[in-house]
Amino acid sequence: MAKITYIEFDGTEHVVDVKPGLSVMEGAVKNNIPGIDADCGGACACATCHVHVDDAWLTKTGDKSAMEESMLDFAEGVDENSRLSCQIKVTDELDGLIVRMPESQH
Amino acid sequence: MSDPQAHVVILGAGHAGGTLAALLRQYGHPGPITLIGEEPLPPYQRPPLSKAWLKGEADADALALKPLEFYAEHQIDFRPGVRGEKLERSAKRVHLSDGTGVSYDALVIATGARAIALPIPGADLDGVMFLRTAADAETLKATIGPGKTLAVVGGGYIGLEVAASGRSLGAEVVVLEREDRLLARVACEALSTFFKGYHEARGVAFELGCEVVAFEGSRHVTGVKLADARIISCDAVVVGVGAHPNDELAKDAGLDCARGVVVDLQARTSDPAIFAIGDVAHRPMPIYDRMFRMESVPNALEQAKQAACAITGRPAPVGETPWQWSDQYDLKLQIAGYAFDVDEIILRGDPKSAKFAVFHLKGDQLQSVEAINSPPEFMMGKQLILNRKPVDKARLADPTVSMKEVAA
Repeated sequence: MAKITYIEFDGTEHVVDVKPGLSVMEGAVKNNIPGIDADCGGACACATCHVHVDDAWLTKTGDKSAMEESMLDFAEGVDENSRLSCQIKVTDELDGLIVRMPESQH
Repeated sequence: MSDPQAHVVILGAGHAGGTLAALLRQYGHPGPITLIGEEPLPPYQRPPLSKAWLKGEADADALALKPLEFYAEHQIDFRPGVRGEKLERSAKRVHLSDGTGVSYDALVIATGARAIALPIPGADLDGVMFLRTAADAETLKATIGPGKTLAVVGGGYIGLEVAASGRSLGAEVVVLEREDRLLARVACEALSTFFKGYHEARGVAFELGCEVVAFEGSRHVTGVKLADARIISCDAVVVGVGAHPNDELAKDAGLDCARGVVVDLQARTSDPAIFAIGDVAHRPMPIYDRMFRMESVPNALEQAKQAACAITGRPAPVGETPWQWSDQYDLKLQIAGYAFDVDEIILRGDPKSAKFAVFHLKGDQLQSVEAINSPPEFMMGKQLILNRKPVDKARLADPTVSMKEVAA
């Protein structure tokens, strides 16, 4: 299990254990954490699972695919820490990961 | 409404019903919630059944919207294997298939749609399948593979996704379509032509403009008979010719119905205590100034939000652009909007590169975009459809002008 901290835009923290193999998006959705909509269920088709990865975890969460980059380009409030959380696979390495949700997913 | 102790009964535990139950808790509804599902499984995602799941890239846990424990942990009384039989509005009570009944303060009809069967001989043979439920998908997956031939009746999105997944699993695939082009009801000609070529290059055979008159075989299907008397041999058939809303319960109870249960922008039916969401609902879509019924996950999610907001007294969600997606082979198709009242079609990019978009316009307003491997066209198109901003057609048609510049 990897402990992941999801922080809502208003600062509310949710700390949950997520099974390796799931995505960071699935960790939020299956625990009913608000702030990640994930309309397409992880098909990289909607950009409604946008998160900002904490600085300390940027390299460990890996690189963005061209498709992800291209989708993110049109999401709101994007910065260099932005990722689509459906594209980050949870591993034991990510135990302690912190991600922050944007104000909205539209 | 917004009675915190209101008992919310959700009939139908699909994507819409399951999402609503979770949203009600997320929005802080403390009262009792009962979620009644006909299938044995807790709510799960259907789209992967014809895509990632069928190809073995996603397991049952990944399909589930929430783990089974979620429902008990959040005091949601999930009752699988049961369906609503009769709605008694005067008593605010639903009679269920297990002989029991349940009383509601707010009822949400989320009964979805069912696959349309072909009323032809042999339709009940083993091996003639639909793809609607996880059980259907299990049967299909166990039936097709190398050395098997799969006949797909219906060249719509489900049919094409099944064809692509079937090829990935090593089966021979033939698609039989009544119209003279694929996706005839849902996509433009450019897209039909593109998909046909892409599938053919990957070994799928097509019979267009053909009428299926019977399924052949004694117990298990062995072939599909066409109106011109030809028989297409096969080991299995998937019928994907559309779906019909499960609105009988609502109709019998006297609720207004059109091509589904009629609702307003709060997902409320003609009875203020009853809502309808998802595939079963006939709903307004303000950007097109009309009402229609949609079969898509984004629609199910949006209406779940509308109903959850109405029940908990939150402001209604801001307007949306309807959208949907399809994955076939390495193609990502993203569609925003619907091509209503269109007077011009603009192609951006080259279909030969498998990276292009088709824009549908009414005057200088964008109504819909179909984007193949083109996220910027989809994302920007989705926004343009919603904000109704006039579009410069020459710039839109020129792929060297970025979509951000087009929308600027």
